[in-house]
Amino acid sequence: MAKTAIDRSKMQVSDEIAIQITGMNKWYGSFHVLRDINMTVNKGERIVICGPSGSGKSTLIRCINRLEEHQQGQIIVDGTELTSDLKNIDKVRSEVGMVFQHFNLFPHLTILENCTLAPIWVRKTPKAEAEETAMHFLRKVKIPEQAHKYPGQLSGGQQQRVAIARSLCMKPRIMLFDEPTSALDPEMIKEVLDTMISLAEEGMTMLCVTHEMGFAQAVANRVIFMDQGQIVEQNEPREFFNNPQSDRTKLFLSQILGH
Amino acid sequence: MSDTNFVRTEMLPPVAPPVSQRGLVRWLRENLFSGPLNTILSLLAVAALYYLIKASLPWWLNGVWTASSLRECRDIVAANAGPDATGACWAVIRERWHQFLFGFYLPELWWRPMLCFALLFVALAPVLYSDSRRNVALLIGVVTALLALCLLLLDTVVLHLVVSVGVMLALLAVAWTAPRKLLWVTLLYPFFAVWLLWGGSVWGPITTLLGVGVMAIAYRLVAPSLGVVMGSSIGFVAACLWWLFAQGPLLAAVAPALPFDLQPVTSDKFGGFLLAFVIGVSSISISLPLGILLALGRRSDMLLIKTLSVGFIEFVRGVPLITMLFTASLLLQYFLPPRTNFDLILRVVILVTLFSAAYNAEVVRGGLAALPRGQYEAADALGLDYWQAQRLIIMPQALKISIPGIVSTFIGLFKDTTLVSFVGLNDPLKGITQIVRADINWKGIYWEPYIFVGAIFFLACFGMSRYSMYLEQKLKTDHR
Amino acid sequence: MTLAPEPPKPQFRLSMLIYDTRYRAVTIQVIVLLLTLAFVGWLVNNTIENLAAKDKDINFSFLWNRAGYDIDQQLIPYTNDSTHGRAAIIGLLNTLVVAVIGCALSTVLGVIIGVLRLSKNWLVSRLMTVYIEMFRNVPLLLWIILVFVIFSEIAPQPKDFKITPEMTAQGIAPKASMIFDNSVAITNRGTNIPSVLLENPLPFHLSGWAVLAVIAASVFANRMLLRRAKAVQEATGNRPATWWQSILILFVPTFALLIAMGFHLEYPELKGFNFKGGLNIAHSFTALLLALVLYYASVIAETVRSGIQAISRGQSEAAFALGLRPGRTMSLIILPQALRVIIPPLISQYLSLTKDTSLGIAVSYLDLRGTLGGITLNQTGRELECMVLMMLIYLIISLIISALMNLYNASVKLKER
Repeated sequence: MAKTAIDRSKMQVSDEIAIQITGMNKWYGSFHVLRDINMTVNKGERIVICGPSGSGKSTLIRCINRLEEHQQGQIIVDGTELTSDLKNIDKVRSEVGMVFQHFNLFPHLTILENCTLAPIWVRKTPKAEAEETAMHFLRKVKIPEQAHKYPGQLSGGQQQRVAIARSLCMKPRIMLFDEPTSALDPEMIKEVLDTMISLAEEGMTMLCVTHEMGFAQAVANRVIFMDQGQIVEQNEPREFFNNPQSDRTKLFLSQILGH
Repeated sequence: MSDTNFVRTEMLPPVAPPVSQRGLVRWLRENLFSGPLNTILSLLAVAALYYLIKASLPWWLNGVWTASSLRECRDIVAANAGPDATGACWAVIRERWHQFLFGFYLPELWWRPMLCFALLFVALAPVLYSDSRRNVALLIGVVTALLALCLLLLDTVVLHLVVSVGVMLALLAVAWTAPRKLLWVTLLYPFFAVWLLWGGSVWGPITTLLGVGVMAIAYRLVAPSLGVVMGSSIGFVAACLWWLFAQGPLLAAVAPALPFDLQPVTSDKFGGFLLAFVIGVSSISISLPLGILLALGRRSDMLLIKTLSVGFIEFVRGVPLITMLFTASLLLQYFLPPRTNFDLILRVVILVTLFSAAYNAEVVRGGLAALPRGQYEAADALGLDYWQAQRLIIMPQALKISIPGIVSTFIGLFKDTTLVSFVGLNDPLKGITQIVRADINWKGIYWEPYIFVGAIFFLACFGMSRYSMYLEQKLKTDHR
Repeated sequence: MTLAPEPPKPQFRLSMLIYDTRYRAVTIQVIVLLLTLAFVGWLVNNTIENLAAKDKDINFSFLWNRAGYDIDQQLIPYTNDSTHGRAAIIGLLNTLVVAVIGCALSTVLGVIIGVLRLSKNWLVSRLMTVYIEMFRNVPLLLWIILVFVIFSEIAPQPKDFKITPEMTAQGIAPKASMIFDNSVAITNRGTNIPSVLLENPLPFHLSGWAVLAVIAASVFANRMLLRRAKAVQEATGNRPATWWQSILILFVPTFALLIAMGFHLEYPELKGFNFKGGLNIAHSFTALLLALVLYYASVIAETVRSGIQAISRGQSEAAFALGLRPGRTMSLIILPQALRVIIPPLISQYLSLTKDTSLGIAVSYLDLRGTLGGITLNQTGRELECMVLMMLIYLIISLIISALMNLYNASVKLKER
C-alpha cells in the first residue's frame, strides 16, 4: 500500500443519505439477477462490493446510474428517484460518475477533449472554463503533461487515471467504480489505487466493485458481499475479514485471500 | 449512521418476473411499441406488409401447373378466378425445368451430373465438418437418399441407378468407419468429376493423376536437398513434361486395350445450373490456394515478387469481370500460339479463377495482417523455416480469421457465373431464360422463370452464408 | 593492445546462392524475373504471329473514323456522324452518370436500411433483414433484367393514356394515368419526366456553372455559420439554434437564382401516339440504376451495420454515464468512430458499383462497355485495341478511387503508440 499513511480521519461520513435502495429486483428476461436489494449509502461512505463472478455486483452499481433498468423496487439517488423519466435520469447521471473496467476512453479525442466533452455539452460550460477544470483534475491524477495526447498513446494505468479525471470533471457527488484495476498490469494497479485513495481522503462517496482486498481494508468503511444476486453479508472491514459470519463469505474469502 | 452489520441467514430463491414484465404483452411493448417513433415504424411496416401480401397472394394462390403455353395458362386462370385475376404460370417450370438445371445435356445421361453433384458433397463433407464424424455421415446419408429419390423419379436406367447409389453407399460406409480416408475422395474428386461430366475414357483422368504422382515423386527426391521452392518447381516441370509428352502416347496405347468409357458430351451441351456449378466449383477450389500464394507474395520481402503480386492483384481488381470474360472469349486466342483451340468453358474457368484469386488474396492479406506479430516470431524462434511456419502456424490462424471474407467472395463468384451469358454460354439466368422466352408458347413470361432461378441461387448463397456463420461460431468457442 | 583479429570471411561457394539467406532472395528474384520476361516474351511473340496471320496490326486510328451508329442516351451532343472516339467518350459519360447517381442514392438508402436494421423494433429489423438477404443472395443481373422486363413489358403503351371525349362522356377512366400530379408518365417506351427549362439563361452556357457556384457558396456560408455557432458555444457554453438559418442559407440563394433565370418545367404531354416534350429516360437507364441502387443499398446497409456494431458498447455506456443524451452520443462519439470503420469498405463498394455498371449491356444500355467494347469493337474488328483501351480506362478509374481511399485512411488514422 501507499508509503504515506492513509489518513482515515479525513474520511468523514455524514448523516445525509446519498443512495437509498429498497426492495430492488431485476430480471434479465426470466433470469432473476438481483434479488430484494436493500441498501442505504450515506454521504462520505466508501463501500466495497465483492463476490464471485455472476453474483450481480456490477449489475447493481450499473442500476444506480440507470445503465441498467430495474423492474421492481425503488432507487433514490441524491433525493431523485430513478424512473424512466428522462429528466430524472439526466439529473442522476450528472451527479454520479462512473469508472469502467476497460476505461472506455474516446479514442478519437485527445485526453483534454475527453475530459471537456461532457462539461461543454451537458453542463454547457464555456470551453476555456472547461479546459481549466480538466487541467486541474489531470494534475490531480498526476498526468497533466499527457493532455494533448490520444488515449492509444497512453499506458493502461494512465488511461484509467484519465478516466477517473474525466468523471471528476463533471463534479459528481458519488463515484462508482466497476472493477477499475482488473484490466491492469500489476505495476499499474498501485497508481490507480493511490488516486482512488486520495479521492476518499477528500470525502467522496464511493461505491467500488473490486477484488483488491488491501484497498478495502485500508479505505473502506463498509464491505458488502454479494452472491446469487443478493446481499449476503455486510460489515466494517476489520470485522468482515477477521470474523466472517456466513459460510459463503468464509468460502469466498478463503479463495480470494488464500493464495 | 446506518447499521453496518448484516448477515443473511437464508438465501432467496429466484422468482418469476411480474406479469407486466414477461410474456407477449411485454414483448410487444418493448419491441414494437416502445416509443412514438417505434410505434410509427411498426404501423408503417404492418401497412407495407399488408399491401404487399394483398397484391401478390392471389397470384400465388391461382398458380397453374399444367398448361402448354402462356395463353392457355391465362385462360385457365380466367376460368377459375374471373377475368381480372392474375395467376402464376408454373407450367413453364414444369415443362422446362430440365433446361434450367442441366442445359442441353442429354436426358438419358442426367444421372452423371447428378452423381457428380452428390459426390461434391461427399468431397466437401470432411472439409466442412472436419471434427464431427456424425455430421459427415449424416450429410452423406441425406444426399444419398435424395439422389436415389431423384434418380427414381427420373426413370433412370436401372444399371445407372444401382451404380450411383452403390458408390454413394460405399462412401457412406467409409465415412462412418474411417472418415480420414474420405479426404482421398476430396483429392481425387476433380479428376473423376471431369470424367463423369464430359465422358471419354476412364484412362484420361487416371493418366492425369499419374502426372500428379510424378510431381510428388520428383518433389520427394529433390526437396530434402534443395528446399521447398526448388523441389516444387522441379516437380511442376516434371509433371508438365509428363502431361505434354508422355500422357498422349500412353493414353493412345492403353485406352483401346482396356476400354472403359462413358459417352462423351461436348461443352456446348452444358448449360443452366450445371454450368454455373461447374464454373463456380472449379474456380472456387483453385482460386483459394492461388489467392493464398498471392497474399504471401504481396507480403514478401522480395521486391520483385511483391511488385508482381501487387500489380496482378490491383489490375484484376480494377477491371470488371465482364472484360475478363471477353478476354477469355476474344483475346486469349491472340496470346496463345496459333492454332491452339481451348474449350470455351476452360478459358472462362481460368479467367474467373484468376479474378477470384485476386479478391481472395486481399481477404487473406487482411487475415494475415490481423495475426499478432508474436506468432511469426514464435515460429521463427522454434526453428521452423518459412514454409513450415506458414503451413503449421500462420495459415491455419489467418484462414480462420478470414473465413467470412472468403465465403463472401465465394458467394459473389457463384452469383457472377451468370455473367457467362455475355460470352455465349447458357447460364441459367439470361441464357436459358432467353431460350425459354424465345419459344412462341412462352413468349412474354417473366416472373416465373426468374423466381425459379432466383430461388435456387438464394438457396445456394444463403446456405453458404449460414455455413460461414456456423463456422465462425464454432471457431469463436474454440478460442476460449 | 592487440585488436581481436577479424573473423575470417567465408569463401563464396556456388551453393550459397541457394542456402545463404543473403543470396537466396536475390537468386529467387533473378529466376522469377527471367521466367516472367520469358513468359511475356512468349505472349508478345504469339500475339505478333496471330496478328500477322490475320493480316491485322495494332492501330488506334479507328478512333477517328466515323462511328455510324446511334446512342439514345447522351449527355453531350452526338450523332452517328461523330467519331468512334466520341462514341467512347459518350459511353464513358454514361457509365459515370449511372455510377455517380447510383453511389449517391444507394448510400442514402443503405444508411437508412442499416440503421433501421439495428433498431430495437423487432418487426422493422426483421423486415430489413429479409430485404438485405433477398438482395444479397440473388445475382445483380437478375434484378437488372427483371426490373427492365417489368418496365418494358408491363408498363402501358402511350396510347393507353389517351382521354377522348367519348370516354369523358361515358365516365370511363383511361387505362393508364400519369403520376405525381400529371407530371410523370411511365410507358413501355420509356419514362417521361418534366424537363428543366430556363427562359433567361445566362450567355455562353454559364447557367449551369452559375447554379453550381451559388450552391457551393451556400454550402460555404453554412459552414461559416456553424463555425460561428461553435465559437459562441466555446465562449459562453450555449450553442445557438442554427437549423432554421441553415435551411435559409442553403436553399434560398439557389431558388432566387433559378427564379431570376426564369426556371420552369416543361411537362410531357400526350400528342398523337406518343408523349412530346419533357425528358424521355430510356428503360435501360432506369432499370440499371434502380437495380444497382436496390442491390448496393443492401450491401452498404450491412457495412453500416457492422461499422456501428464494431464500436464497443462501452463507448456509449461511458457517454451515458457522463450524462450525454443518445443523440449527442451518436453524433459526437459513435459516428466519428464508426465512419472510420465504414468508409474504407464503402469506397470499395462504390468501386464495385462502378464496375457493375458494365452489366447494363444486358438491357442494351450503352455505357463504355457497350460502345467501345461492344458496337465499336464489332464494327471495326479491332478487338485487341478496344479491349486494351477499355480495360485501361476502368483501371484508371479504380486506381483513382483507391488512391482517394488510401488518402482518407491515412488522414483519419487513430494515433497509437
